Amino acid sequence: MVDHTVTAFDDDLSELRGLIAQMGGLAERAIVEAMEALKRHDLEAAEAIIAGDKQIDALEMQVERLAVQLIALRAPLANDLREVVAALKIAGVIERVGDYAKNIARRIAAIEDHGDIEPLSVLPAMAVLASTMVHDVLDAYAARDPEAAIRVVESDRAVDDFYNSLFRVLVTYMMENPASIGQVAHLLFIAKNLERVGDHATNIAEMVYYAATGIHMGERERGASLSA
Amino acid sequence: MIKMKPDTPILAKISARNVNVFYGDKQAINDVSIDVWVDQVTALIGPSGCGKSTFLRTLNRMNDTIPIARTDGDIRLDGEDIYAPAMDVVQLRARVGMVFQKPNPFPKSIYENVAYGPRIHGLASSRQQLDTVVEQSLQRAGLWDEVKDRLSESGTALSGGQQQRLCIARAIAVDPEVILMDEPCSALDPIATAKIEELIQALKGRYAIVIVTHNMQQAARVSQRTAFFHLGSLVEYGATSDIFTNPRQERTKDYITGRYG
Repeated sequence: MVDHTVTAFDDDLSELRGLIAQMGGLAERAIVEAMEALKRHDLEAAEAIIAGDKQIDALEMQVERLAVQLIALRAPLANDLREVVAALKIAGVIERVGDYAKNIARRIAAIEDHGDIEPLSVLPAMAVLASTMVHDVLDAYAARDPEAAIRVVESDRAVDDFYNSLFRVLVTYMMENPASIGQVAHLLFIAKNLERVGDHATNIAEMVYYAATGIHMGERERGASLSA
Repeated sequence: MIKMKPDTPILAKISARNVNVFYGDKQAINDVSIDVWVDQVTALIGPSGCGKSTFLRTLNRMNDTIPIARTDGDIRLDGEDIYAPAMDVVQLRARVGMVFQKPNPFPKSIYENVAYGPRIHGLASSRQQLDTVVEQSLQRAGLWDEVKDRLSESGTALSGGQQQRLCIARAIAVDPEVILMDEPCSALDPIATAKIEELIQALKGRYAIVIVTHNMQQAARVSQRTAFFHLGSLVEYGATSDIFTNPRQERTKDYITGRYG
């Protein structure tokens, strides 16, 4: 893209994009680490993830401050305006993804011994899928690539499918093992959190698409809705 | 050709088709077609030298005053060819009034500045009627309350913003159908600019207004339709909200986002 005549404008926009990339990287990593901590039942790592969420929150505030300043001082228009508005909204969504990672980390302590809970083996695979969506959507954002954004939206179906099948499996497991209900309920919530991460990555993809093209991607298709 | 949105009024006040303007050998306007409507403000934007002012001046034949300027194409005011030999240019300019970049009041009283037009066009038959026209025009220009007690003072003694509103009152006084504004706020401070912009909003229901501006934010604030000119051609013409959020043409986008050149 051609540079602005006022180069400080470009500097501000790159700073904004840099902050979003940084936030997204932290949130993506928090999801992955939370799942690893869950696997290892690593309470120390869980604490670190919970503490680390503050950094994501701080970055969100920084994005907000810079975006407001940019609107006030540079009066962005057209694609610039769409991009600043998108950055503002994306930062809010990434902050939520960070919260889900924190929420997963908080549940680790409550799930004492899950070695024999068979469905748990599916959860890490679902986490990989969800965090990959976050990763890919940030790449789409960095490249202003609407096609890549569409691919992210399409991959959400797989996360939803994962969740739907996990939901059924976990409910069945709870019925068969009433003693485990307390723990498995936590796993169910973790699965739900991961499903929401996928939804948020989808939302970001739609924002990226609109910022890049000026056209709304439209209502995305969702996986079959379910009882939860 | 320009695609009009279906929600725009059907009958254009001014309909310009395939307009070309030459200054000697140099072509300043290249095949421009535009419609403008009453109840809509049309903003013409573009970099210096893009032809937007030249085009504006074709709409009331102001370019006729430049000896080397030549205009062809078809420009109609309510369907009437304004370049037809039978067209009375003085009458045309009363119907299509103009406000310039620098306020240019006559070196006469405030009253005379406004009364001059109606008088020469025979729009008032008595002093009383003339008083009414002057008051009404100054009211519509949002200047009456500020000058009603000093109508005999010189127009040039007013502040820049007041002078510009006086010029607008002068244009309004002859009961025009269209008002052309060529950078009407470029010499004014932000408060005076805001007053003119507010005035443009108040006037748009009564007149078709075409405004040339270098100030992108001003175009965004005051107009309902925006035309982007570049190198003498009309690059894009559409709803202002579309042009400033999602321009279709790369050149428009580069210009309004400050990437031009």
